[in-house]
Amino acid sequence: MDDSKIDLIIDKHHAEESALIKVLLDIQDEYGWLSPKALKRVSEKLEVPLARVQQTATFYKAFSLAPKGRHTIHVCNGTSCHLRGAQRVLDKVQELTGIKPGETDPDLKFRLEAVNCLGQCALGPVMEVDGKIYGKMSPKKAAEPLKKYE
Amino acid sequence: MAQIKSPEELEKIRQEVSTQRDPNRPCISICAGSSCLASGAGEVIAAFKAEIEKQGLKADVDTKAAGCPGLCEKAPIVVIYPQKICYVQVTPEDVPEIISQTVVGKKVIERLIYTDPNTGEKAAHEDEIPFFQKQMRLLIGDNMKIDPKSIEDYMAAGGYSALNKVMRDMSAEQVIEEVSKADLRGRSGSGFPAGFKWESCRKSKGDNTKYVICNCHEGDPGAFADRRLLEANPHLIVEGMIIGSYAIGACEAYIFVGDEFPQTVENARLAIEQAEKYGLLGKDILGSGFDLTMEVCIDGGGYVLGESTALMASMEGRIGEPRMKYDHGTDRGLWAKPTVLNNLQTWANVPLIINQGADSFAAIGTEKSKGTRIFSLSGKIKNTGMVEVPMGMTLREVIFDIGGGIPGDKKFKALQVGGPMGGFIPENLLDLHVDFEELNAAGLAMGPGLVVADEDTCIVDMVIYHLNFLANESCGKCTPCREGLKQMLRILNNITEGKGKESDIELLELISEVQQDAALCALGQGASGPLLSTLKHFRDEYEAHIKEKRCPGGVCKALIETLSETSA
Ligand SMILES: Cc1cc2nc3c(=O)[nH]c(=O)nc-3n(C[C@H](O)[C@H](O)[C@H](O)COP(=O)(O)O)c2cc1C
Ligand code: FES
Repeated sequence: MDDSKIDLIIDKHHAEESALIKVLLDIQDEYGWLSPKALKRVSEKLEVPLARVQQTATFYKAFSLAPKGRHTIHVCNGTSCHLRGAQRVLDKVQELTGIKPGETDPDLKFRLEAVNCLGQCALGPVMEVDGKIYGKMSPKKAAEPLKKYE
Repeated sequence: MAQIKSPEELEKIRQEVSTQRDPNRPCISICAGSSCLASGAGEVIAAFKAEIEKQGLKADVDTKAAGCPGLCEKAPIVVIYPQKICYVQVTPEDVPEIISQTVVGKKVIERLIYTDPNTGEKAAHEDEIPFFQKQMRLLIGDNMKIDPKSIEDYMAAGGYSALNKVMRDMSAEQVIEEVSKADLRGRSGSGFPAGFKWESCRKSKGDNTKYVICNCHEGDPGAFADRRLLEANPHLIVEGMIIGSYAIGACEAYIFVGDEFPQTVENARLAIEQAEKYGLLGKDILGSGFDLTMEVCIDGGGYVLGESTALMASMEGRIGEPRMKYDHGTDRGLWAKPTVLNNLQTWANVPLIINQGADSFAAIGTEKSKGTRIFSLSGKIKNTGMVEVPMGMTLREVIFDIGGGIPGDKKFKALQVGGPMGGFIPENLLDLHVDFEELNAAGLAMGPGLVVADEDTCIVDMVIYHLNFLANESCGKCTPCREGLKQMLRILNNITEGKGKESDIELLELISEVQQDAALCALGQGASGPLLSTLKHFRDEYEAHIKEKRCPGGVCKALIETLSETSA
């Protein structure tokens, strides 16, 4: 992993302690996850104890401490999608990918997340892969879109 | 674009922008809100551009990627001005016909107009569609006329006239007085008087550095109204916040929003940038000597971050855990400075109040709840979308007259009001009015989302769903919340698996009581909302699970299997 950008990101935020979350968000945007090395570097440069960096990285939902995989699947389990059968879609996607929400498969192909309302309730149940919305999902229909991703 | 130095200059630019626009010039407005984009609006926009080029109409016809008008069910939405003909579920294949028939030929294409799902009646014009007609769209009515990425569009629709009025004619105290007189109350559901909050902060002796925050976290798992409004018309929020900051004497303003909604974040950031370029943000705004910076602050995700102390902790770069409130945020808020935190929809009302005056605002609504309320409607409802209704409308009107009722031949079972800490009500309570006091008295909260459940829903399953959500979101610091939720879930899961006991209901009530009294923050205190409201209104469903081992909604797998085994 090329981690030269970590320092650039930290410098962009002037290595300020109060920018901890912003720094972590930017690193995550760049690399897709927060590696142990990145956390350590942030701790050194921001002069924040490593334990606090780790606490922050585990507290917020946006952070991932494992590599994210080439594609991210969001299955909406918001209230409206839940009412329309999202749980069964989620069960099916778990079966198809072999992973649970919050996990990445060993080939780093997919990462799966169950998320709250995506604002697409009219199309519910909704699945989103790399930002593209697949609406009116059913357990049967879930397999097709996933085939497109390598 | 030049920096504007005085209210007079702003007025001149606003006039210029408006007069440059010929109201009779054909314009094809396509909703570019995230719902329409997901249904192919991007392709439709591209098709319109290409077709206009092909037919040599580029000099005569405009296109606009507009903000969401709320009818997400019928995405993508297209409105053709000046006739205001509204087409729904438009595809790129429809585009050549729309151009030749409607734009050039001035004829309506029957196939593409809105058909009422209940009466079968057709409506060709935006203002004839019952879904829009029955609303009171003071804040979202112009969305189709505004490209959220264009400050000029916002100005042409009357935007920044309130800021102008404030900077020209009003002192900070007068602004606060107007907002107080309008009786603007916190749209997060708190109902807290905004004018009072602003005044406390303005008068706070704590510090001269003051902050203003817009809460667009909207962590409710089933609501999208706040985020959609920010996405559709970001300048409305920016304008409201500039006026509020001026009144309060704040020097920095923040919009707090989740990064799961890239388009919302992008539009908000762009709006701030444009306002800076025009000099509506920055140093010496409109020559008044008032300085203000504004920034979008990305939250790290998690329901509890919407709570004021957790939100501020997270903005300071710390763990977003709620704290006991020993001080008021208006005295010691963000970085221990006096801070005003208001919901996004609270800010959205400010320009309206300034423009129309407090009296005309306060003339709308009920005795104690004034103005309008924007909800997202979802679940088992025909017209999923974003709606704006006057306070005082009944929930029945919102769900059936505007929302169109339940799809298929299914029966209504419950309406969820107020998100995961609100509650569920049955049909006979749908005549409750949209009113802070009335909803609170019924154990509900005025959250941004209304979610409809039909007869195929299991109430116990919905409660488990919400308690699971809250258990995952609980910070775990206090025992009543952490352990209470765990035990409630254990009991409820047993009930859905056919292992329920008659004493369970009493036990659930007892745990809820303890949790309400002893939990540290509002999340724990409110966590039993869905449970208590359903024990009150849908007790028979619990009893069917416990006594008859039957799931009335046909959802609980274990009970369906036992039933078929016994009947086999
Ligand atoms: C657990 C929890 C979550 C909350 N989430 C939100 C939210 O997503 N958006 C919001 O505006 N207020 C939320 N609030 C309320 C805020 O703490 C605060 O009262 C509100 O933003 C004030 O705005 P208002 O006075 O304009 O209503 C939440 C409160 C609690 C206890
Ligand atoms: S609940 Fe799934 S998109 Fe709204």
